[in-house]
Amino acid sequence: MEEQEIPLNALEEGQCATVSRLRSDEAIRRRLQDMGLIEGTRVECVQKSPWGDPTAFLIRGAVIALRAEDSSSVLTRLS
Amino acid sequence: MGWKRRKKAGGKKNAEQALDREQQKVIALAGNPNVGKSTVFNALTGLKQHTGNWTGKTVDSARGVCRFHGENYTMVDLPGTYSLMAHSPEEEVARDFICFTHPDAVIVVCDATCLERNLNLVLQTIELTGRVVVCVNLLDEAEKKRIHVDLQALSRELGVPVTGAMARSKKGLDELLCQVEALVRRQEPQGVKIKYIPPIEEAIAMVEPHLRAVLGEKWNCRWIALRLLEGSASAVQALCLHTGYDAAKDTALAAVLEQAYAHLALSKITKENIQDKIVACLVVTAEGICADTVSYRGADCRSRDRKIDKFLTGRWTGIPIMLALLALIFWITITGANYPSEMLSEGLFWVQDRLTDFFMWIHAPQWLHGALVLGVYRVLAWVVSVMLPPMAIFFPLFTLLEDFGYLPRVAFNLDHCFKKANTCGKQALTMCMGFGCNAAGVVGCRIIDSPRERLIAMLTNNFVPCNGRFPAMISVISMFFVGSIATGFAGSVLSTLMLTGVILLGILLTFAMSRLLSKTILKGVPSSFTLELPPYRRPQIGKVIVRSLLDRTIFVLGRAAAVAAPAGLLIWILANVTAGNATLLSHCAAFLDPVGKLFGLDGTILFAFILGFPANEIVIPIMIMTYMATGTLAELNDLTALKELLAANHWTWVTALCFIVFSLVHWPCSTTCLSIRKETKSWKWTAVGFLLPTVTGFGLCFVIATLARVCGLPV
Repeated sequence: MEEQEIPLNALEEGQCATVSRLRSDEAIRRRLQDMGLIEGTRVECVQKSPWGDPTAFLIRGAVIALRAEDSSSVLTRLS
Repeated sequence: MGWKRRKKAGGKKNAEQALDREQQKVIALAGNPNVGKSTVFNALTGLKQHTGNWTGKTVDSARGVCRFHGENYTMVDLPGTYSLMAHSPEEEVARDFICFTHPDAVIVVCDATCLERNLNLVLQTIELTGRVVVCVNLLDEAEKKRIHVDLQALSRELGVPVTGAMARSKKGLDELLCQVEALVRRQEPQGVKIKYIPPIEEAIAMVEPHLRAVLGEKWNCRWIALRLLEGSASAVQALCLHTGYDAAKDTALAAVLEQAYAHLALSKITKENIQDKIVACLVVTAEGICADTVSYRGADCRSRDRKIDKFLTGRWTGIPIMLALLALIFWITITGANYPSEMLSEGLFWVQDRLTDFFMWIHAPQWLHGALVLGVYRVLAWVVSVMLPPMAIFFPLFTLLEDFGYLPRVAFNLDHCFKKANTCGKQALTMCMGFGCNAAGVVGCRIIDSPRERLIAMLTNNFVPCNGRFPAMISVISMFFVGSIATGFAGSVLSTLMLTGVILLGILLTFAMSRLLSKTILKGVPSSFTLELPPYRRPQIGKVIVRSLLDRTIFVLGRAAAVAAPAGLLIWILANVTAGNATLLSHCAAFLDPVGKLFGLDGTILFAFILGFPANEIVIPIMIMTYMATGTLAELNDLTALKELLAANHWTWVTALCFIVFSLVHWPCSTTCLSIRKETKSWKWTAVGFLLPTVTGFGLCFVIATLARVCGLPV
């Protein structure tokens, strides 16, 4: 069954998802890949900052904060 | 410079090559940011490079010597990077060093608590050089989180030696050095060969022979082939610089590459997505190795950190706690500094009397005694007694928070505001560094990737007051705003709140000016932002206190003293040489008086700030000396006497307010200016960095003074 793709920044605190596509631009795409964020990577939304943005994600054992502009181009499927 | 000590920091690539290779083996230390690389480096070399629990501490490659079994090794601490694909200057430095200067061994330091991501760098390093030792650090932390790493299995899978370490308690370093020693003696390279997907492997096989023919065996042609296939411009540049081979001009190579791309196109791999595929292969390899070697025994090993984060960065609690912590630090500093300050000043002035006795005993001429004791020594004594106690309290407290891992959370909390100002959240980190020393803050701006945002962070760093400016602000606050209203505990709380208010004004100005800059001369949209929130670590309290006292406090104090001593002499001369019927000092002050008055200050205050350009710490001593007009600093042990002196010189609370605002916002000290010049390599930006706070400060003071005049208050 094909589930709907949702952008990373739409995840709620505590939700987990698997990356399905990276639509990011060159620079941020490389940076995310260096963190191990590629297609198939499992990501958990850990915590939103007091203003709701940026959001911290658990990516391969490390907690990384991303701004909505950057995380919105990462498409995921809920798992 | 700032509190961050760097031994022989050398950023230039050419300097890297000038190592004396005959005598000493060169060992490079690589690793992801914030894995304890600097701790390992310090433990190995006995150096005291400043360490802290946040990403991006090492922005230059530091160097030190390590002695083991009678052999000297030169250790090079490379900047922390996630990858060697060279997307940032740090990565470029690390990559070029490993690839082109052929270190005898590379130690890759890893964080046992998130090994998988660290392996990406390990694999890239192994691909680059066959001379790698992996040091899995922070095993103790992993143990606490019930993460187990099978080091032997890891070594088998990677094909290189792997050792475990707990660098903070210096465990495992001997074994690491043993492995390095063995590796350095071995000739042949080793390590797992990363297998890419077949089309890429075939493309490599097409390009590599050509490179081997051109470059010879000395260089890693498989790796260079990969970078050329990726179309990495910086790799081509570095290749040309280090080997003299200009790949861009090699038409034969271009033909081979065309062929390779044509072959890749059959499998739908293009110039655009080839790097994605290459990275994916590395990540998948790391994933596989990790699955075989790391086991998690706890259900959720991060639960403790999460609970703390819910609190420290929570929606309702994050900001209030941050402000409360800031205020608490100031409160402890203010109350704690009182008594030692008094004792120090009594002690130092007692010494002065003995010095006077001594000069009289040897029948030294009056002017000599005046210049040395009443000039140099007194200013020095004042600076030490006013500066040392607050610094000795503030720095360790601040370092504790840093060690704990709180600073990245500050950046996380404040990023939204910085985004509104079109800048980078990491500016919060450099702003925090500015509380210690603005020059250190300016240098620290290197952690910001985008040049535009880095420049903004540098130009606005001076809007938070450094440690040299706190004491003067605290004294004036307690004299004019608190002393008459409240004393004792209530007084100290009130002072704290006022000081926190002043700091908040500084932070607001930082936002406002950053926004102004990005709307005017530094136009642009915020760039991408990734910030790692490291696990919390229990601060090593004893070590932090000793380290911050020795490294930061004594260092900053030393700098202040080095400036204060000659300044003391200069002031004494100005105050004792008369022209006409007044001293030079009074002439200068009188000359500046009309200007000062316009801004709610007076000539003396303004002149003191001008003379305080080398170090803000000496502003108050100069002011006092000018007001006394006796030519020397009197014994002003308590603030009451000082307040009387200031009041006698027409200080009102408006003057005090303008003084506080002006010490918050005026030109950066000479060291900070020089740091801006060094970092931007431009006098133009240095001038902007100088003028921006200066104009803002004069503007604010003018508004305050004018408002006061309009309201009929004495100014």
